Amino acid sequence: MTVLDVGPLLRRLTGDEKHAPSAYSTLDVLWVLYDRVLRVDPHRLDDPDRDRFLLSKGHGPAAYYAVLAAKGFFPHDWLDDLAGADSPLGHHPDRLRVPGVEISSGSLGHGLGLGVGTALGLRAQGRLEPRVYVLLGDAELDEGSNHEAIAYAGATGLDTLTALVIDNRSASHGWPGGIASRFAVHGWTAVTVDGRDHDAVEAGLRQARDGAPHVVVAVVETKGS
Amino acid sequence: MRQAFIDTATALIEEDPRTALVLADISVSAFEEAALKHPDRILNVGIREQLMIGVAGGLALTGLRPIAHSYATFLVDRAYEQIKLDLAHQGVGAILVSVGASYDGSSAGYTHMSPMDVQLIDTLPGWTIHVPGHPGEVPPLLTAATTHDDPVYLRLSTQTNDIAYADASLLRPVRHGTKALVVAIGPMLAPVLEATRGLDVTVAYTHTPRPFDTTGLRALAASGNIALIEPYLTGTSAHVVSAALADRPHRLLSLGVTHRDLHVYGTPADHARHHGLDPAALRASLTTWLP
Repeated sequence: MTVLDVGPLLRRLTGDEKHAPSAYSTLDVLWVLYDRVLRVDPHRLDDPDRDRFLLSKGHGPAAYYAVLAAKGFFPHDWLDDLAGADSPLGHHPDRLRVPGVEISSGSLGHGLGLGVGTALGLRAQGRLEPRVYVLLGDAELDEGSNHEAIAYAGATGLDTLTALVIDNRSASHGWPGGIASRFAVHGWTAVTVDGRDHDAVEAGLRQARDGAPHVVVAVVETKGS
Repeated sequence: MRQAFIDTATALIEEDPRTALVLADISVSAFEEAALKHPDRILNVGIREQLMIGVAGGLALTGLRPIAHSYATFLVDRAYEQIKLDLAHQGVGAILVSVGASYDGSSAGYTHMSPMDVQLIDTLPGWTIHVPGHPGEVPPLLTAATTHDDPVYLRLSTQTNDIAYADASLLRPVRHGTKALVVAIGPMLAPVLEATRGLDVTVAYTHTPRPFDTTGLRALAASGNIALIEPYLTGTSAHVVSAALADRPHRLLSLGVTHRDLHVYGTPADHARHHGLDPAALRASLTTWLP
């Protein structure tokens, strides 16, 4: 199975024949996570030692749902009734409705704080193996709550936490000086990669080091281009 | 009450590996020694209240029982959307413990007051709200809250009653009369008892306005006259009382902190007078209203 196999699932969700899967800014990064990186198993959803993936940027979760379905977290026919009256899949994901979804998101700026708490909770229970991955958008970083989490995680060296920022330059006022520097100045290790290059995304994720949280800024096409 | 919280929380952290405490600089020095021993479960995130609640939600997602603590205005008012979305919406809970109730921080000004915290929490489904009236009520309420995973708000005040009631989760009559039921919540009991001296009314006390003891209310409200005296924003529980008595003719007087930003300092006693919650003003309101 490759990311190309996700295309038909995406079309079931959106009915969109016009846009190629590459129109989805998060698709390649999500695929790399679920195909190569995350230690998660749809048959052991409650495994306390699983990696945690938190989709903070809950907007436009089509690619997320399609990847979860492709990886066996729920039946493919769920994809045919997005946001229907009885559908578990809405335009923002609900962890109480969708197997494998770790947080309910939609309002921007909540995932990184929850991710910090999740990493701290695992550490407090001696579970040092699982990593916590939080996916954000560059515009989502406008929300000040992220910066509370970035500063604290960096200052305390929360090294089981990895943030992934999908940068499609959709922040209204941009991030002069770059996104990675916002994290690096607080002590995070930071790398910027081509968000469409699977090997580069994976290599970026694997650059996490002991003693510091890690961020991968995945650059994709500018929104609307 | 704050010291009772500190002592009980310290003991809980020591005894129960499931409990964790999240602070945002407030009360950090009181937990300094315990934090040296339990650095993974006593966490100070700095002056970052949105993160404090997000961290509490994350801890709960891993199975811990988080306690988050600050001034009510920072804990609840400032972080309201985090409370809404990072806890119960995720299917997890936390124990939020506030100090600085209503006008306890009167000398610090309106920036340090939160008379609206209980009403804000009341907008959210599933929360238990405790408003103890005495330090002795705090340890059992906090300890009981660590035995489950539901969301609990514990509101501590520097205003206190003379005695602690161990069994006041339900309405507990402390004085009996015939003309009306006067419900005193939390630290309003002391001024209410003084205000109703010699009046032919039942006074009932509770430290738990949510869930409100509507069964006890119906049993005690035979007169059809109910006065609801709350130490936070006036009318906060009026909708619950009205709904519980919807099938009966009744008269309801709601008293509490008024909807005003006074722009004045002074003591909590001064503010009680400004809001009509001192014994003399309460008595005047009650006697005017009583049949």
